Amino acid sequence: MLKVIERTKIWFSISLSIIIVGMLMWTFKGLNLGIDFKGGTVVTIKMDKEPDNSALEEIRKISAKYDSSAQVQKVGTDEVTIRGNAISDEQIPKLYKEIKDKFNLKEEKPRYTDRIGPSIGKELRRNAIYSSLVAVALMLIYISLRFEFKFGVAAVIALVHDVLITIAVYVFLQIPVNSSFVAAILTVLGYSINDTIVVFDRIRENSKKGIFNNRKELVNGSVTQTLTRSINTVLTTLFTITALYIFGVSSIKEFALPLIVGILSGTYSSIFIASPIWYVWTEKKMA
Amino acid sequence: MQVKTKSRLKFLISTVLIVLFAYILSSGLIVGDYKISSIGEITKLGLDLKGGVYIEEEIKGDNVSKETIERTKQLIELRVNALGVNESVVTVTQQNRIRIEIPGVYDAENALKQIGKTGKLTFRGPNNDVVITGEDIKDATVGVNQQTNQPVVQLKLNEAGTKKFAEATQKYVGQVISIYMDEERVSAPVVKSVITTGEAIIEGSKDIEEAKRLAGIIKSGALPVELVPATVKTIGPSLGADAIPTSKKAAIIGIALVMLFMAIYYRIPGIIADLALTVYIMLTMLIFTTVLKGTLTLPGIAGLLLSIGMAVDANVLIFERIKEELKLGKSLRTAVDAGFSRALPSILDSNITTIIAGLVLMWLGSGQVKGFALTLVTGVICSMFTAITVTKFLLKNFVNSNWIDNKKMYGA
Repeated sequence: MLKVIERTKIWFSISLSIIIVGMLMWTFKGLNLGIDFKGGTVVTIKMDKEPDNSALEEIRKISAKYDSSAQVQKVGTDEVTIRGNAISDEQIPKLYKEIKDKFNLKEEKPRYTDRIGPSIGKELRRNAIYSSLVAVALMLIYISLRFEFKFGVAAVIALVHDVLITIAVYVFLQIPVNSSFVAAILTVLGYSINDTIVVFDRIRENSKKGIFNNRKELVNGSVTQTLTRSINTVLTTLFTITALYIFGVSSIKEFALPLIVGILSGTYSSIFIASPIWYVWTEKKMA
Repeated sequence: MQVKTKSRLKFLISTVLIVLFAYILSSGLIVGDYKISSIGEITKLGLDLKGGVYIEEEIKGDNVSKETIERTKQLIELRVNALGVNESVVTVTQQNRIRIEIPGVYDAENALKQIGKTGKLTFRGPNNDVVITGEDIKDATVGVNQQTNQPVVQLKLNEAGTKKFAEATQKYVGQVISIYMDEERVSAPVVKSVITTGEAIIEGSKDIEEAKRLAGIIKSGALPVELVPATVKTIGPSLGADAIPTSKKAAIIGIALVMLFMAIYYRIPGIIADLALTVYIMLTMLIFTTVLKGTLTLPGIAGLLLSIGMAVDANVLIFERIKEELKLGKSLRTAVDAGFSRALPSILDSNITTIIAGLVLMWLGSGQVKGFALTLVTGVICSMFTAITVTKFLLKNFVNSNWIDNKKMYGA
């Protein structure tokens, strides 16, 4: 039998330190808000060969003519993105042509361009926060009805844990936060709750059967019984999402990486966070 | 017939059917004159996979009525169609924005010009003097000249227009009266006779499409509202060209790994889960393309693949339970039955909570997120269904067939 409850402090410390570092960086460095949230323009260019630093500098110089605050970044092996706040729809083709002529690029058009007004970003942000809160509230109600309120709260704390860890990945790696960020967070929510419920379901079943001597054994035993399932399911999920991360185009990669971490965190939290929280809370009340 | 033989037949027939359907769906089938399209052929691809221009126009001004927005949408449709592309989609979003998707066009600047132009229609005489304007026209429709069998545009003018047009055609008979949209000459018909009835016919369109376009332009008139492009995206042709094969590769490798893992770890139940997973993939794809009429986008592909990885979860739950029952020394048949019934509450509770999250996203989420949630919810429901029905049916019949009785092959 796993000794999960006995080492509660270790699990909580690991998670808390990752989250605190993540939050500190979030405060000081901030999230790399993409244009979906901030508004602005992105132009992605496919170069014929991998651009070196001097090529990037050249592109930077050209972009600065259109927008002095423009940022130029290499993505993947042969793509370059230019991000700016003041590049207009009319300027994009001119900017591309200048770069195309400079480097003799084969492609007639930029690979991808995107300009979003600032009002849309605000809406999206509000929408993202709002829809997550509604989803969590409804899940809490469902779990409270099917199990008990304390299971619901423990599951929601595990969810917050996974969301914070996923956000930490965005902060650490400075992945641009766009509308796919919302999808990533909500997938992690869905996966994490799914995983936690399976463990709680086992605790409920074992508790009815009364096969364990005490609550500590009940939790440890239930976690152990569901462990193989937790591991196998996370493995099969990671097979497909990692394949996407390895083979996908750059926008898919940006989406897949936080998902991989979030899903791992979801598995971890259902075992090492949600169950101990439920144990500590219910045990205190009884003593 | 014996139970054993019956079960063997049921299992074999189902397996052959699953493999056959999977083959037909993935590569299509041609039998004589009948052709069944493969799933790849009937799936509609989103703009991010096809390439094209995506524009969201914001309507300026408060309290714009539903009718005005609808009229604006129709006018934009006419203008977008004038760019000469099929399959363009113009929709009104919840926030009263007009979303325009034009596949196969990569010149956003030109598309914006076409959509946003003031749209002042004028008929001008040979001296560039304005004869009538868009306001004088009641209707423009497409018809066919009975004698020449050529497509024509039929014009109907209102009272003021009829009078002005009668004077003009009298003045310019035998000369050209050109039709201008803003400063662009769209047609230059010759006045053949004086028109006093307020009904005129414009000949000379090459085909019915051209006549339709001309009628559309004449009818379109000025936009009733001011539009500001809030979002403009162009997805270059190379992005989609790269995204499809790379996603396909990821899908094949990811699914193969999942299937291999299940077969190696769970042996016979694992192989049966792989058959159920095949049914699952076919079912989700079919529902997605035919019932939901969904459009496959890049995040949609990610959602679909993610759901495939998660789809075996219900099977894993069931097989783990069967293993536990076998370890308790129960017979194969009892263990399989108990495994399914014991795992059911977990499967239901865990999936329902996920579905709740998905439904909220479909309800409140914006554009791309909605599509992602839709594939996820469809996936979760289908995976529950296939695990509870397909896996159960196949596994029970396989156990009853007495082919392999060794409990080790079932995970004990």
